[in-house]
Amino acid sequence: MKTPLSSIILVLVGSFIGSFGAVFLKLGAEHMKGSLARLFTNYWLAVGVVLYLLSSVFYMMGVSQGQLTVLYPMVSLGYIWAILWARIFFKEAFTIAKIGGLTLIIVGVALINLGNA
Amino acid sequence: MTSPTVFEATVDTRAEARRSFLLVFSCTLIGAAAQILVKQGTTQLGAHITLGQVALHPGLFVSFCLGVITNLKLFIGYVCYGVNTLLMALALKGRELSRLYPIIALTYVWVTFLSIFLLPDEHLNFFRAIGIAFIVGGVSILGVKK
Repeated sequence: MKTPLSSIILVLVGSFIGSFGAVFLKLGAEHMKGSLARLFTNYWLAVGVVLYLLSSVFYMMGVSQGQLTVLYPMVSLGYIWAILWARIFFKEAFTIAKIGGLTLIIVGVALINLGNA
Repeated sequence: MTSPTVFEATVDTRAEARRSFLLVFSCTLIGAAAQILVKQGTTQLGAHITLGQVALHPGLFVSFCLGVITNLKLFIGYVCYGVNTLLMALALKGRELSRLYPIIALTYVWVTFLSIFLLPDEHLNFFRAIGIAFIVGGVSILGVKK
């Protein structure tokens, strides 16, 4: 059975939300110091965890139908957002390696969709 | 602040590098197994929901979440995710992430193989195999410093 587009979209939405989760976890890690108790009052981390949980719900809705061999590789598109947010929020430079890597990932995902027939 | 001697630093770094390598490698295997469990669990739920349906009926989202927290396979899958995250945090603590990207990328290979062997209705074809190779290559070079 062909993997439905609706499943692919749900997985992509999940990875998009998850990329914001990573941003908040990183912000949380930067604010992390002191005791373990402080870990539970670190609101950046809390928001990051909630976003991760939310993203995983969308991911699960997506993979409930269709093939994992098609859907799981779609998660790799999340690197596009990760690298974009790293540039915007953490001033991490675009490098040739990042642009090359993303290009390969996008080609790979396109090939997998081509193989979804 | 005291700095370690060169000798100590070298020995330490090598042993630690090997430890992170092994930890991250184990993470990719656990992560892939978790993916299979999550796929099996969501298939058991049998909910065929689209994004449009969720937007129109938010109740579907809630009932799906209830299904998720009461499914054993999804529970085990999520325990694996949790263990994975902890191991990964240990492996990466204060260490260079960039060199580990090629290992992390292996997850895509494991998930593909495990899917074919353990899940019904999955198959590999030429485009999918080449696509996975491209993705693994792409993720592997993301950490290169230039």
